[in-house]
Amino acid sequence: MNPLAIDPKARAETTGAALRVRRVQAADIPQVIALDTRVTKLAKPEYWNDVYRRYGKRRLHERFFLIAQNRLDRTDSRVLGFIIGEIRAWEFGSTPCGWVFALSVEPDMRLHGIGKALLETISGEFRKAGVNKMRTMVERGAQLPLLFFRSEGLMAGPYIQLEKDLD
Amino acid sequence: MRLQISTRLAIFATLELTARENHQLSVADIGEKYGVSSHHLAKVMHIMGRAGLVRAVRGAGGGYRFAGNPRRTTLLDVVQLFEEVSSVEKDTEVADATPEGQALQAILNEIDTIARATLGSITIATMHKLLNGRGAGRWRSKPASARGRSVRRA
Repeated sequence: MNPLAIDPKARAETTGAALRVRRVQAADIPQVIALDTRVTKLAKPEYWNDVYRRYGKRRLHERFFLIAQNRLDRTDSRVLGFIIGEIRAWEFGSTPCGWVFALSVEPDMRLHGIGKALLETISGEFRKAGVNKMRTMVERGAQLPLLFFRSEGLMAGPYIQLEKDLD
Repeated sequence: MRLQISTRLAIFATLELTARENHQLSVADIGEKYGVSSHHLAKVMHIMGRAGLVRAVRGAGGGYRFAGNPRRTTLLDVVQLFEEVSSVEKDTEVADATPEGQALQAILNEIDTIARATLGSITIATMHKLLNGRGAGRWRSKPASARGRSVRRA
């Protein structure tokens, strides 16, 4: 089985006619870096190249680095958004579950279902891999991603994040 | 966390008015479902009207319509019209100035912050998804077809 393949049925169900969600490839990384830089105003090329090495090339049965592109225009190779997640088990005492730790959508292309397509596709991949729970973490003040994840049905989970200043 | 009756009614009324596009209901329609007097509900709707969330429609078939954007209006927007999501007491007591009082207030502030973030992250549209989507059966007391049967059209 091609490790880069995403279940085509799941893709058709989740992304509609206009979007294509697929696994990231090396040639996409400069666009991922540029998109993240536009959104966060902070360029992190070393971080993204490292993420690609860890999540785009290894242990692909439990790690998913997916990008969304325009399905209707094959000449349009822009990365419209990306999502990254992996299945993790027994950390914090948790049974295996899918963690989404990055999701970004081109600012000019928001409200077009790109985030929803990415989230639904990675949900399908998590389900195929045998987990039935998905988690993420959002900063309390980040209302846009909070509103998005809430609208997709995510609720507060059983864990409370704790932290402390180490000064 | 316990919301005041007026706050809960405002949320219920908002959900009723946004159940369908351009939905129009009287206070009697809404009051009947939630077992509350029209008089009490009228006061709630008046406050929501002043905030621009609902619009009164006059005439024989009059009532109220939702005037906001369900995808932009959050539960916090509605709640804040009726009560503060805050544990800070306006009348501070001597005990509040003690280290013990301040430590307790820090914990209560943490709870408030989470409550505000939670209420601010749920839009009216998301509430409808919760009602109509997966697992909604445990919340829905009436079948969807029964909703709005006493609707008065403009």
